[in-house]
Amino acid sequence: MDQSLVGRVFPPTAPYAVTEDNVRAFAEATGASYDGGPAPATFPIVLAFGAMNAFLEAEQLDLFRIVHGEQRFAYERPVVPGDVLTATLSVASLRQIAGNDIIGTTSEITDADGALVCSTSATLVHQGPES
Amino acid sequence: MSLQPRTYTVTRADLVAYAEASGDHNPIHQDDEVARSVGLPGVIAHGMYTMALAARAVADWFPGAEVVSLGCKFTAPVVVPAEGGIDVEVAGEAKDPVDGLTTIALTVTCEGQKVLGMPKAVVRAPADG
Repeated sequence: MDQSLVGRVFPPTAPYAVTEDNVRAFAEATGASYDGGPAPATFPIVLAFGAMNAFLEAEQLDLFRIVHGEQRFAYERPVVPGDVLTATLSVASLRQIAGNDIIGTTSEITDADGALVCSTSATLVHQGPES
Repeated sequence: MSLQPRTYTVTRADLVAYAEASGDHNPIHQDDEVARSVGLPGVIAHGMYTMALAARAVADWFPGAEVVSLGCKFTAPVVVPAEGGIDVEVAGEAKDPVDGLTTIALTVTCEGQKVLGMPKAVVRAPADG
């Protein structure tokens, strides 16, 4: 991986339709209940994770070598069932420490009208095979 | 203002359900052998699982409040045993609201060790608080 990656914007993910069922499954997996309304605050990770997977595939990186270093969300509004969302990932930073790649990414999550719903940044630590 | 700490138990079955619901099928959250191959002590919870528990505590403390921002570093793994579960405790300190926004400094621990670095949430509390 080299610095030419920094600033690169990856294609938007396929539109994802948020349903009550998938919000409920997400909430219940973390022991919470869900009776409709806004999705849990970390729900947009579903979109960001899809964008990250496409990025890893494009860069031929193995998911199991990725450790999550940091995650931040800034919300314009809550996600609600009925939203159709896409995530667009860009690479914000890249540095190498002790054989690991520290990759900073930002994913902008937008709705069907193109309005920003949430911006989320992640630090991914890619463990090199030799580290 | 100190908020009443919440304790949540995490099991392997929860991680399977979370992988399905979130799309994060990283095998380090399912398979001890793969986890050990990358230097982990065993299967660990998704960092986002632990962050979701922090968000769950915030939602419990401030029902109906809109979350404006949420962030943390993942500083130590939550190792989830094959049998039974592991407890994660979420504590919080709410600052006085500024312009309708309340900042909550969180402390998330597992077996007495902090597992998230500087976890913080900002919520917009409903008008009548």
